[in-house]
Amino acid sequence: MAKQSPAPNWQDLALGCATMEAGSSKYQKTGDWRSSRPIWNFEQCVKCGVCTVFCPEGCLKMNAEGYPQVDLDYCKGCAICVTECWTGCISMEEEKD
Amino acid sequence: MAVRKGIESSLAIAEAAAACDVDCIAAYPITPQTHIVEHLSELVNDGELDAEFIPVESEHSAMSCCCGTAAAGARTFTATSSQGLALMHEIMFIAANLRLPIVMTVANRALSAPINIWNDHSDVMTERDCGWLQIFAENGQEATDLVPVCHRIAEDKRVLLPIMLNFDGFIVSHVVEPIEMLTREEVATFLPVYEPQQRLDVDNPITMGPVGMPEVYTEAKMAHEAAVQNAYEPICEILEEFGKKFGRTYKPVESYKTEDADIVFVMMGATAETCMSWVDKIREQGKKVGIVRFRLWRPLPVKAFKEAVKGKKVLGIIDRHFSPGGAGGPVCQEVKYMLYGEDNAPKVVEVVAGLGGRDIDYDTFDKIFDKCQKVLDGGEVPPFELIQARGGHYGKI
Repeated sequence: MAKQSPAPNWQDLALGCATMEAGSSKYQKTGDWRSSRPIWNFEQCVKCGVCTVFCPEGCLKMNAEGYPQVDLDYCKGCAICVTECWTGCISMEEEKD
Repeated sequence: MAVRKGIESSLAIAEAAAACDVDCIAAYPITPQTHIVEHLSELVNDGELDAEFIPVESEHSAMSCCCGTAAAGARTFTATSSQGLALMHEIMFIAANLRLPIVMTVANRALSAPINIWNDHSDVMTERDCGWLQIFAENGQEATDLVPVCHRIAEDKRVLLPIMLNFDGFIVSHVVEPIEMLTREEVATFLPVYEPQQRLDVDNPITMGPVGMPEVYTEAKMAHEAAVQNAYEPICEILEEFGKKFGRTYKPVESYKTEDADIVFVMMGATAETCMSWVDKIREQGKKVGIVRFRLWRPLPVKAFKEAVKGKKVLGIIDRHFSPGGAGGPVCQEVKYMLYGEDNAPKVVEVVAGLGGRDIDYDTFDKIFDKCQKVLDGGEVPPFELIQARGGHYGKI
């Protein structure tokens, strides 16, 4: 689970606003400005994995059954997976909220 | 024992930086640069200074490089002037908010156009808001002394901010003066080995300069404001310690013959040296006038300045830069800010003079004095005036 700390007061900032913890970018859910999300039609998917290779965010993985699974905390909705999928099994659905 | 010798101020400043045992110097060694970095490169080349001299391809790169070396924990020094400082503009803010204790000397010179690299304060005053500490020296001795002082201030754990040491281009930078040079051993007793509070270290990785989202940017600026304000006390302490040790005491605000004066001139830099001679001369005619000079400009020494001009009737402010179509020059704007709402605040007469190397001589001071005298005699306070402009100031004076 991503950890969200409360916004700090100025007195609590590190010297020069440095980030003192290595790898802390994992706490930033950068997928929150996505306007649409990819949807897979698994009946059509052949588990080739090409979408996971081309995802520029590295937020696609193959799940236990061998199908691609998206991590929506980081997916920006760029739709590169849709373009690269040669079976045409991925479509984009608008984010409603 | 300190040695007094005739030396060009730029070379003396370079020697002072070497005496501070700086680790890194990144500079763009072409016009409008001074002899400071030229001489430092010689010292490094000749093995007299164990430092990394990085000749970069622009001033933008010079300041970027300084940020890198300072972030790595190196005592970092650079020098610039005029267009060079303007080209550094973008990185100036970054060095400041990342709290990198860089020391930079600036030989103050005009900005183009027209092309002009003679002395005024348009380069430094356009960098007023960059968040650096800013200090002005009046002569070569002072500029040389303030190099180790600036390193002490910048690296003080209560400060940790970059500092800009200003002095007038050519008038100070290129003039040979008798300067008492501190030896490296003497400087070492005043300036300890630099121990960075935090630095880039592969074994303890941190991120310097991450994104500051709208949720944190305001807090980052507040922290910066607090840092600059909190620098005031350490600056005073360090200046005093330097004075005790080496016999030359410098204060954030200096007064000259103001005790009995109704009219007081306000300025900074080498102009004040000429003005002091003028004051001595005009006082022989019974005209009581004094001078208040800013040495420290950031943080603005509000309390010390108010104290220095308390009870005075008219201030004659000499700006060496102004904002066209705006509210005159920066020194006057800030003086008015400090005085606004004060009881019995002095009236303020502002002139802009000494632009792009135009000499400020006794005649100029006489004219400013006349303007102040008219106000003292009950006349209306005039708007700011480019007093040396042939053809007169445009608009209503």
